[in-house]
Amino acid sequence: MSLDDTTVRKIAHLARINVAETDLAPLAKELSGILDWIEQLQEVDTSAVEPMTGGTDMTLNWRKDAVTDGGHPEKVLANAPESHEGFFGVPKVIE
Amino acid sequence: MSDLTKLSLSDARDGLDKGDFSAVELTQAHVQAMDSHRELNAFITEVPDLALERAKEADYNRSHGQAGALEGLPLGIKDLFCTEGILTTAASHILDGFTPPYESTVTANLKAAGAVTLGKTNLDEFAMGSSNESSYYGAAHNPWKKQGDPRNLVPGGSSGGSAAAVAAHMCLGATGTDTGGSIRQPASFCGIVGMKPTYGRCSRWGVVAFSSSLDQAGPMTRTVRDSAILLSIMAGHDPKDSTSADMPVPDFEAALSGDIKGLRIGLPAEYRPDNLNSDVAALWDKGIGWLKDAGAEVVDISLPHTKYALPTYYIVAPAEASANLARYDGVRFGLRVEGDSLDDMYAETRAVGFGAEVKRRILIGTYALSAGYYDAYYLKAQKVRQLIHQDFVTAFENVDAILTPTAPTPAFPIGENSDDLIAMYLNDVFTVPASLAGIPGISVPAGLSNEGLPLGLQLLTKRWDEETLFRVAGVLEHAAGFSGLPSDGEG
Repeated sequence: MSLDDTTVRKIAHLARINVAETDLAPLAKELSGILDWIEQLQEVDTSAVEPMTGGTDMTLNWRKDAVTDGGHPEKVLANAPESHEGFFGVPKVIE
Repeated sequence: MSDLTKLSLSDARDGLDKGDFSAVELTQAHVQAMDSHRELNAFITEVPDLALERAKEADYNRSHGQAGALEGLPLGIKDLFCTEGILTTAASHILDGFTPPYESTVTANLKAAGAVTLGKTNLDEFAMGSSNESSYYGAAHNPWKKQGDPRNLVPGGSSGGSAAAVAAHMCLGATGTDTGGSIRQPASFCGIVGMKPTYGRCSRWGVVAFSSSLDQAGPMTRTVRDSAILLSIMAGHDPKDSTSADMPVPDFEAALSGDIKGLRIGLPAEYRPDNLNSDVAALWDKGIGWLKDAGAEVVDISLPHTKYALPTYYIVAPAEASANLARYDGVRFGLRVEGDSLDDMYAETRAVGFGAEVKRRILIGTYALSAGYYDAYYLKAQKVRQLIHQDFVTAFENVDAILTPTAPTPAFPIGENSDDLIAMYLNDVFTVPASLAGIPGISVPAGLSNEGLPLGLQLLTKRWDEETLFRVAGVLEHAAGFSGLPSDGEG
């Protein structure tokens, strides 16, 4: 499976990672190399196989639907690059 | 090296109990060892003052009959565990300055038992790597060197700093995390014991998430007994992690009976490819002999889907990582790089904050989950994962444990494999299948390569059977008699 520059640009946008135009081609080559190697999975017959969707077959526990934590806005915001009056700060989005 | 850093964790525990030395003396000795081995770059953050303060409390608790199971024992903590009030980086630029206001459940369990934290150990960025070279804080070095070759070697990864710190006697033990081999492979490279429990045995709460269906915390120590002691404290049900097992934690130390007579040990044919490193193959044969001599019966088995484990892993893990790492957006914690808009700020922060390997995996994962490719990649990988799991289920109907090499080679020089991604991924060829199956595994140091580098053997058992795992590992350790100290471990 070979990825072209356009596809890499699209994936990088979906992942919200800026990639310089000059880096697209080498990145496409690296990613294509990995995907080519992964391609061998197609030779496995999985027509009658249920997907394994987690690391365990345990049934998840139920818990009481109750508030167990919270009320620490100052702790939540302590690591934020920008905060105002108890809220996270982001660049202006409305002109 | 001071006499106190020569002790195993269990001997240090017994020495404290008998009053042979104090927790402050024990901690001071390890703080000095951290100082004298700083060239290994094993720690990202050292907290000697906090450690000594904690050690004083430990001495007080012990003198007042309130000693916890690990009271006063100095440990290294992989810098993937959130530690309240102590910088937590995941070895990534994007977590610059992040000081968690909470403590991970595993480290909280260790603290509650009285353990002393010496600092946060180096790792591959977000635990993505097998050599520790992807750390934003620079590679940790292996304390071992090839005979007659001065080049620095990788400690393995991702828990490379923990492995180096334990091997160089800078701490009595350390925490690691294992997603595809990140505890077991560095343990093999550094000549220590590395143990990955059953998925769900330890809570993942407060551990920086990489691949949530695979990540599992575990102990890294110099002896099997120490591994059992630490796991008994680290493990346990945690309502804050819905995948943590609601079942009692056995006393793993008590499982070390030394008796494996009549146990059936499986040898998977697929782990012996024609081109297997001859030192690794020879050590595996020795290991088989040791277990036979101890009264076990060895059985040839087949795990037919083994060759598909790595490609399966390199879809499942990046897919989950791409979702987990979406949270690093320059808004809530860590680095922010300003842009022309909110969207541009996200994309610029992530472009600057993530290293090359992390970006590659996020992009592969994003692609595998994107519209039109989900079935071909992600769903396909989940189905092959099921087949890999079934291989083990079938094998364990007939055997009690499986013996394999841990890693396909000994440690390699820093920089040697960095241009060939697939070659780097192949480091985990023997560890990834067990991760996908969610079963426990342990790497036991068992011998040296002809160049004088440590090599580990891996044992695997079925889910929740860590007791058999420790029991066999104890016998293997005893028979191997591995006591080699790395070149940098002295002095």
